[in-house]
Amino acid sequence: MTNAPTPSIAAAKQEPGSALSFYGVWLLAAVALVVLPMVFSSGGSLTSFSLIGIAIIFALSYNILLGQTGLLSFGHAVQYGLGGFLAVHVMNAVASHNWPIPLPAIPLVGGIGGAAFAIVVGWVMTKRAGTVFAMISLGIGELVASSSLILRSVFGGESGITTDRTSLMPLFGWTFGPQIQVYYLIAFWVMVSAIAMYALTRTPLGRICNAVRDNPERVEFIGYDPHVVRYFAYMFAGFFAGVAGGLTAINFEIANSAYLGATQSGLVLFSAFIGGTAYFFGPILGAILVTYLQLGLTSVTSVWQLYFGIIFIGIVMFAPGGIAGILMKHRPLIRAGTLRTVIPSYLVAAIPTLAFALGIILTIETVARFSGGDPIKLLGIPFVATAPTTWASAAVLFVGGFLVARITWRRVAEAWDRAATVARDRGYLA
Amino acid sequence: MHKLIVAAAAALTVLGGAASAQESIKIGYIDPLSGGGASVGEGGLKTFQYLADELNAKGGILGHKVEIVPLDNKTNPQESLVQAQKAVDAGVRYITQGNGSSVGAALEDFVTKNNSRNPGKEVLYFNYAAVDPSMTNEKCSYWHFRWDANSDIKMEALTNYMKGQPTIKKVYLINMDYSFGQSVRAAARKMLGEKRPDIQVVGDELHPMLKVTDFSPYIAKIKASGADTVVTGNWGQDFALLLKAAADAGLKVNWYTYYAGGAGGPTAIKQTGLENQVFQISEGVPNSGNKAAMDFEKDFRAKTGISVWYPRAVNEMRMFKAAAEKANSIDPVKVAAALEGMKFEVFDGGEGFIRKDDHQFFQPIYISSFGSLADKAKEPFDEENTGWGWHIVSKIDTEQTMLPTTCNMKRP
Amino acid sequence: MAELIVISTLNGVLFGMLLFLLSSGLTVIFSMMGVLNFAHASFYMLGAFFGYQLTRWIGFWPALVLAPLLVGAVGMAVERYGLRNTHKHGHVAELLLTFGLAFAIEEIVSMIWGKSPVDYRVPAALDFPAFTVFSTNYPAYKIFMLVVSVVIFIALLVTLKRTRVGLIVQAALTHPSMVGHLGHNVGRVFMLVFGVGSALAGLAGVIAGPSLVTQSDMAAFLGPILFVVIVFGGLGSLPGAFIASLLIGLIQTFAVALNGSLASVFGPLDPSLGASPLTDIWNVTIAQIAPILPYLLLVLVLIFRPMGLLGTRES
Repeated sequence: MTNAPTPSIAAAKQEPGSALSFYGVWLLAAVALVVLPMVFSSGGSLTSFSLIGIAIIFALSYNILLGQTGLLSFGHAVQYGLGGFLAVHVMNAVASHNWPIPLPAIPLVGGIGGAAFAIVVGWVMTKRAGTVFAMISLGIGELVASSSLILRSVFGGESGITTDRTSLMPLFGWTFGPQIQVYYLIAFWVMVSAIAMYALTRTPLGRICNAVRDNPERVEFIGYDPHVVRYFAYMFAGFFAGVAGGLTAINFEIANSAYLGATQSGLVLFSAFIGGTAYFFGPILGAILVTYLQLGLTSVTSVWQLYFGIIFIGIVMFAPGGIAGILMKHRPLIRAGTLRTVIPSYLVAAIPTLAFALGIILTIETVARFSGGDPIKLLGIPFVATAPTTWASAAVLFVGGFLVARITWRRVAEAWDRAATVARDRGYLA
Repeated sequence: MHKLIVAAAAALTVLGGAASAQESIKIGYIDPLSGGGASVGEGGLKTFQYLADELNAKGGILGHKVEIVPLDNKTNPQESLVQAQKAVDAGVRYITQGNGSSVGAALEDFVTKNNSRNPGKEVLYFNYAAVDPSMTNEKCSYWHFRWDANSDIKMEALTNYMKGQPTIKKVYLINMDYSFGQSVRAAARKMLGEKRPDIQVVGDELHPMLKVTDFSPYIAKIKASGADTVVTGNWGQDFALLLKAAADAGLKVNWYTYYAGGAGGPTAIKQTGLENQVFQISEGVPNSGNKAAMDFEKDFRAKTGISVWYPRAVNEMRMFKAAAEKANSIDPVKVAAALEGMKFEVFDGGEGFIRKDDHQFFQPIYISSFGSLADKAKEPFDEENTGWGWHIVSKIDTEQTMLPTTCNMKRP
Repeated sequence: MAELIVISTLNGVLFGMLLFLLSSGLTVIFSMMGVLNFAHASFYMLGAFFGYQLTRWIGFWPALVLAPLLVGAVGMAVERYGLRNTHKHGHVAELLLTFGLAFAIEEIVSMIWGKSPVDYRVPAALDFPAFTVFSTNYPAYKIFMLVVSVVIFIALLVTLKRTRVGLIVQAALTHPSMVGHLGHNVGRVFMLVFGVGSALAGLAGVIAGPSLVTQSDMAAFLGPILFVVIVFGGLGSLPGAFIASLLIGLIQTFAVALNGSLASVFGPLDPSLGASPLTDIWNVTIAQIAPILPYLLLVLVLIFRPMGLLGTRES
């Protein structure tokens, strides 16, 4: 693990003109955030964008633990939720006292809440990494989630605490009632947090976190205490999780115990891992995909959880680097100009793979809707779950797709090897 | 989509409701359709879809077809808000929800804020099962209507029945530790103390919600207390496991429950053999003796495979139609105004009405017990294929269920 | 008082043994393979549903044998086609694989058997009160569960410590290549271990199903507490898991029996203070927090003794 994956954008730094492309990426992201709601202006897409933005910050904060420092946490939602609760309480206090604090500053409060909790419990939690840390985080998660139902005066029981974001001081005439204003508030914080978290990976602390992840023993030899490093990482992760929590509180104007729960912790783990923990932008992709699936899948199928499970298992087994890992694998090929030799084999493989995927979907939906439910609509074709023709097409797609896909993917691997060899010969690492 | 509906509504007022085949009325059904609460949510969805079909078969509401839009909230308040927003964005102006008071409170807050920020795009929230009293008291909203009796009302009815049962001497309260369980416990203590001061509350237990695997220790405590009656608001597996542990230990008491009839409850009662010892308080019973209701029940069971667990949903949809016709509009603002104070002949017979002060629906309430059905002709319906069914023990009239409200309604 | 103590002890032991039955398979897999199986509770659920289905078809006793075998087969397939390929990516990847699997299994079960609880009953042969203490009945079925747990504990200990198979398995964990050189198929050893661990979960499911609620969310319901047991007892230590199960069973049972709160000891707080976290803490009874005590224990144990009660290594 000596050549631990380094954040992608930084890799560009060694080349001429890299400064331009480096800042260009960030500038492009900022422009995209501003322009997006103008292109997709319906209420539904605004809601989705807001949620995706929050999910991005949350997933990035999680990756400070998992990707950067190698800490697997099953209780990251604790900091997120506590940040949300503190934000709601502060919003209510600000509104009732008429303090001159505008809404955009509230996520900072959430961040402080998340970080404060991390400072309190973090020292004992981060004593050990690995399974012990994972289990402590699970235990703390359960404890806090359960206690939140007991400490009613703070957490408001299971109905939670509500607030009104428009009751705060308006800023430049913005009351933050309409969703579009909330979206821009979230977008602003996404940009600030992403830059901050990226900068963190470039600091000596970020570097030493990587070292602690890869070889804590050697870190000790060079005079750092891995425990302290993990503690700092945990604090920063807690801070940004709190920011995300604060934004959620603003977006929904409510904080309740579900924020702290295992589901939320599981989702962020999903996002970070599916996106790819080895690269900075991985969790961003993961957050977008998972949030989108969460919003979209539930209205298409009742068994969305099964698809979630299958996608997750598929990624763990076949692409442990996540989506970002897959994308970055192609980087040397692009630079060496050999990618085009692989593309035909991809296209060939895509057809049976798609058939296989359709076979899986059709099989699942047939079982799910066998005892009633609407007909399955796949590619615009309706299938009735009780019809033998449906079963036959499912079986053909499933088995046939699988067998053919296996052959074609072997072809892909061969083409890939050839292209990679050429790329290596041309001096690009592969 | 919005504009279409608004336009349709405008056109409708101009044409005086003469137009037909316009845009359908979409009702967003926000309840769990996956995860732990899904079995309950699916039952509700089937009920609403059946009711929509029933309305549509008779020409819909003012010529508009009624369409139920299922939205999965995973029993999570935050997810519910996402789904509600999604629904509103897609032009839904009526939402209905029932499972979980935490979700209910979040949605009530959502419609209030939405309606004050988006005039002209008001949304009504029809609540068919979230029974937290605060929703029609301190947290009440003009845009929220509740067809289920809240937990205090049910306790009022239950204690009015218990008042007349001299055999009850020692009562044990066991409830889930959350707002509903706590309000059951508080109401029971207060009302029993007022109506039957001689009854001793020998135990008052709150246990964490859906976390207990083994209720034997609780049963041991109940037994040690010498209670003859247990009052519980437990539902789902917290009810089933409690009952199983009681039967295992041979505890002989009467059970007064809110949700013994919920999915899995009847199976558990039958398994434990507690015939006619489990009582339920509800606004309707399948074997009610009301001809229209029993015909409905028969057809409903044949079509959906489940029993009518939500007579209040029937009331809700039928009253929605009546209110829309009274207002001659499907505009939520006008429907809300028409619903206020509305009187209605309820599903199982008898009159109910929506109180203007807090938008709570008051209706007759039944105490029923679960056991074998002697007269199959009079009581044809069993539950969950157990061969056992509910029979009415007592009917509490609407007036006997009335409670004051602290609601300070903000009207638009 | 004596009544409450005797009954609580009995209940605590019974519940503890059920916990052990559930966690034994998890411990076996972990101690042998170093894999923390998140899907273990899902295998337990599969056992319960297989048991239910087979009981309807062929009766309880054949189901008691067949269902665990089926679950074991599923487990072996998971090891062979899933975990083995993931092994090279490290333990985190393995753990995450089982995490995804737990999601998928829950949905598959609810797709097939629905989301409502199924009517899975105690077999008639065991459906009678075994004995009565202080007028509280103890059903024969619970005694049966207790006996099975103890038998499994002893059988596992003997197999692992005293037989050739056990020695090979243990050696394969620390020195896989050496064991391979000696002519044993290490892959198959691991597959068998995972299969046995899953089968144990399945057995727990068949037995616990009738006494608890057999429903598609039963895995999520019991999963976390199993981790508490095996981590508390010491990861990979079978006697540790045994002791931890008993302890947690007893602690929970006795906590429920206690009505004490700070308010009952020191008297109620001045009402003029109003609602605050202090009043919440002041008025909460021990019985109310009983089910979260295990998590408190877990955190405390991990802080002060990261290897758990009888564990020998940290991860």
